[in-house]
Amino acid sequence: MQRIFISFIAFSFFLISCKKDSSTTYNSSVKADLSVEFDNIAGSQDLQLNTGKYITESGDTIKSITKLKYFVSNFSFTNMDGTVYTVPQDSSYFLVIEGDSSTYEPNFKVPEGEYKSVSFILGVDSVRNTLDVSKRTGVLDVTSPATADMYWTWNSGYIFYKLEGTSPQVPSMGGMGGNNFYYHIGLFGGKTTSTINNIKKVTLDLTARGTPKVKSGKDTNIHLMVDVLKMFSGTNSISIAAHSMVMTDDYSANIAANFVGMFRHDHTEN
Amino acid sequence: MSVKRNNILAFLFFFAGTYACKKEMGNSSFEGFQQPSNFPAPEYHFETNALTQAGFELGRKLFYETQLSHNNTISCGSCHIQTSAFVHPGHSVSHGIYDRLGKRNSPPIMNLAWSTSFMWDGGIFDLDLQPLAPIANHVEMDDTISNLLVKLGKTTDYPTLFQKAFGTPEITGTRFLKALVQFMVMCVSSHSKYDSVMRNEGASFTSTEQAGYVLFQQKCNSCHKEPLFTDHTFRNNGLPPSGLNDEGRYLVTLNSTDRYKFKVPSLHNIFYTEPYMHDGRYFDLEGVLEYYNSGAQNTTNLDTLLKQNGRLGIPLTSVDKTNLIAFLKTLSDRSFLLDKRFSEH
Repeated sequence: MQRIFISFIAFSFFLISCKKDSSTTYNSSVKADLSVEFDNIAGSQDLQLNTGKYITESGDTIKSITKLKYFVSNFSFTNMDGTVYTVPQDSSYFLVIEGDSSTYEPNFKVPEGEYKSVSFILGVDSVRNTLDVSKRTGVLDVTSPATADMYWTWNSGYIFYKLEGTSPQVPSMGGMGGNNFYYHIGLFGGKTTSTINNIKKVTLDLTARGTPKVKSGKDTNIHLMVDVLKMFSGTNSISIAAHSMVMTDDYSANIAANFVGMFRHDHTEN
Repeated sequence: MSVKRNNILAFLFFFAGTYACKKEMGNSSFEGFQQPSNFPAPEYHFETNALTQAGFELGRKLFYETQLSHNNTISCGSCHIQTSAFVHPGHSVSHGIYDRLGKRNSPPIMNLAWSTSFMWDGGIFDLDLQPLAPIANHVEMDDTISNLLVKLGKTTDYPTLFQKAFGTPEITGTRFLKALVQFMVMCVSSHSKYDSVMRNEGASFTSTEQAGYVLFQQKCNSCHKEPLFTDHTFRNNGLPPSGLNDEGRYLVTLNSTDRYKFKVPSLHNIFYTEPYMHDGRYFDLEGVLEYYNSGAQNTTNLDTLLKQNGRLGIPLTSVDKTNLIAFLKTLSDRSFLLDKRFSEH
């Protein structure tokens, strides 16, 4: 009896809490905190700089990953009713640096509401690639230590994505570079002459793994997994042995074609 | 008597006035960017970099500053020497830090305000971004800009100079780049004999120079377009690729039609900018002209202007060459080469 009574009370609480939840009201004219976490992983493991060992889908061994950096920018969030909130340009550029946890979670102020998808680009758009240096602030400042190695000084443009490491599959080049691989992927389409455009737009559904409910007074976090091993498979299978160094190179487009597949929504902390 | 005294006073005032003006001109007057009347409008975006005397002088000091290199030995001026229109004479390619060799010839710093792109392959599209390249290049200065900004910040003079130029002593990357550009865009060469003739300032070509000019307009002007003597395009002029197999603009655009193309260089001060071509393989103008007469190869993307009438290159007799060289020498602007405003102070 007592047990039934407790169950009844618990059930009542459940009903009440459900009701309370479903009746949450959002004021779209109020902005609240929403963060997007970029959690770098390698297959089923957390990514560990320098120490982690990984195997790509095609069987290549990655003995170590020594550097992973990439730009994410031009964020927008789509509300359940289809309304798109585009983050203002001046606060929409981020450089994720593996090993520097302060860079993992870009923060935004977005209108209260529930969001069904997030979009961003991996890279830096052509407008920001051709902007006057005085307007390139924050992570876009090509003279800052964090950004300097994400910029091609000889071929004006940001490097969107940089992955470096070692692999026994890399052919030894007589002491030159050892077994290192280098993937420096950029190219924004060119200013005056058209070039490859490796800017990739990523759009992720957020409803299946936890719809973010953005409300004042709390911080909602969209937790994304970024699987670097997916860079080696997906649209194109990338052999480390055959392509251990890809920079300004036609082949960069084959790697960039795999970029979108690296990102997935894991969960949301509401 | 009083009239006479007034006249004397007036004369004295006038004299004092002209003296004061002259003194100001000689010491500190900054005229800013001067547009030569025979040049088109500049390409550089002055609206985002207002030239000031303090900014220009800071840029000049930075241009000759060896702390821009990793081991404090190489300045911009090391490979860009004013008396040779800011090239590195006698060097096919320059030696940078630790005497490491580059792969291309050091280009002149001259009339850059009219350039639409920079470097032999045009990889840099904004003059503000140009200084980043030699600083970072492993064989040139091999430094990071953030490192050199820290170095400059520790000096006793630079914070003051940045304050004079920009209002506060902060040494930021943007300010550093803008100051260097202020110096570079001021390096205008427009006082050659050719320019004087074109502006009807009294000079006139000799008959040989005139014959060379007529020939130039027939055979060279389509690429080396007056008055800047470049059309800012990239072309393959038929040089047989060296062992380096430098593919030029292709390396920037990855378009196969750009393979072996290099920027058409200006010919201003050409008599002083030896050696010639993107890899500095020719040391005199005679060699260059004979190359165009008989040396061009039908390599990938050879410019169609160099395969006219079933013949490669540009036919030139020895008289043609003599006349052309006489004309090309009228592009020398000695006042630019010796202008103290552009020299190390």
